[in-house]
Amino acid sequence: MKDDLTLGERLRQRGVSRRGFLKYCATTASMMALPPSMIPAIAASLEKAKRPSVIWLSFQECTGCTESLTRSHAPTVESLIFDHISLDYHHTLQAAAGDGAEHAREEAMKGNWGKYLLVVDGSIPTGENGNYSTIAGISNLAMLEEVAEGAAAIVAVGTCAAYGGLPMANPNPTGAKSVSDLVSGKPILNVPGCPPIPTVISGVLAHYLTFGTLPELDALGRPKAFYGQNIHDRCYRRPFYERGEFAETFDDEGAKKGWCLYKLGCKGPTTYNACATAKWNEGTSWPVESGHGCIGCSEPNFWDAGPFYQALSVPTGDAGNTLLSAAAAGVAAGVAVGFLNKRNKAQAAEAHEQVSADDLSKD
Amino acid sequence: MSGLDAIAVKVEGFAAGDAANAIPLLHEIRHALLRLAETGEPTTIDLSAIPFGPGDRDKLFEALGEGEVSASVDALGETRVNETRYPGVWVVHHNSPTGDELVTHIEVTRLPSMLTTPEEDLGEAAAQLAADLDTDSTDNS
Repeated sequence: MKDDLTLGERLRQRGVSRRGFLKYCATTASMMALPPSMIPAIAASLEKAKRPSVIWLSFQECTGCTESLTRSHAPTVESLIFDHISLDYHHTLQAAAGDGAEHAREEAMKGNWGKYLLVVDGSIPTGENGNYSTIAGISNLAMLEEVAEGAAAIVAVGTCAAYGGLPMANPNPTGAKSVSDLVSGKPILNVPGCPPIPTVISGVLAHYLTFGTLPELDALGRPKAFYGQNIHDRCYRRPFYERGEFAETFDDEGAKKGWCLYKLGCKGPTTYNACATAKWNEGTSWPVESGHGCIGCSEPNFWDAGPFYQALSVPTGDAGNTLLSAAAAGVAAGVAVGFLNKRNKAQAAEAHEQVSADDLSKD
Repeated sequence: MSGLDAIAVKVEGFAAGDAANAIPLLHEIRHALLRLAETGEPTTIDLSAIPFGPGDRDKLFEALGEGEVSASVDALGETRVNETRYPGVWVVHHNSPTGDELVTHIEVTRLPSMLTTPEEDLGEAAAQLAADLDTDSTDNS
């Protein structure tokens, strides 16, 4: 049963003062990676925000994305956002099960046709008529088609839903596909990552709640606010890269001194995500800071793009275009240690853009 | 918290001076102060968006130091507002009701927004005080 209070009204009803609301807006702005100067606009918008219905479908997934979201380190804002959205269907978080749960989903769809937000995690298997994964006897494929039809927009959370993910790894036994492989004619927002950073997921939901629209997207359908820069460009170890100070093994002097992990396979230069700034576990650390190179988990095909511990500059046999283009750009930097002039950097950026566009045409 | 806190963490050999984002940030604050002085335009910097290496953030706060004002606001958890040793430069720590850090801002302004009384509250306050005074006088008579 939904009420028609706006978010502002709901907060005041719960005794949240205007200062509290301002703090809530400041946190939301930060979560959405918007500049603090936008806080007044966000406050004005949230005051009027109505309660959207959200249906979350979990398909061929490991539940890591839900785990990530429920670890989001802004509990106040989380609870307020989740109290405000009407999360009408979610396998892990809902109390209902069986027919009751499916009925709730159908009611939510009927009551909000054309207006609900559909969130998908997990890839969709298409082999064997889609029967590698079923819910209540309905294949994921059929359920996606049915629910997508009445959705205002679709958010594909996690690399599996966004690009196919680990289930798609060679030889792709279940015929796994991504949401954008299967659905057309609806705005689709990809929030990749294996899993995505929790505040990125909630930031996207907050944006939808605040503005009623999806944020600005890049060529791979990712919100630019969080995926607009690559790890390499925001990495605090970048000065070591520029000076040619690389760790050669995981326990040598360079590694202990926190030098660049490029030679140990870091995929930072070709990976777009917010790990370097937002970090993980309540801002504690992130892979590179903990001494392990980035594995590129928010990029398409990261699972078949060559060994995790082989430097980007080393071409691999069967990796295909992705790695070779990156390798062409990375050779100068990797071989001539520390030598990366502006022209090579521009080429690397260009090479990446082209690869990204090509990646969009599915094979 | 768990016993993990009891495990000492030693950062080996990382010279904090190497990957300092503190210095560039301090310059950004300096420019903001000039702007505030010349045009009155305030600036807010969200520290969550800055890639800090280990020890960087502490260096920044150490450099900014403490000034005359230290305030605590109780709204959706505690928010601490402190003026630094540079008047006009404030650090605002927003925490959740459970004490977790939500977001930290550096505000270059004459008075941070959290310390200013919201305008909409004023009318309500006046009405509330009037009502409370009325109740008092009826009790006394």
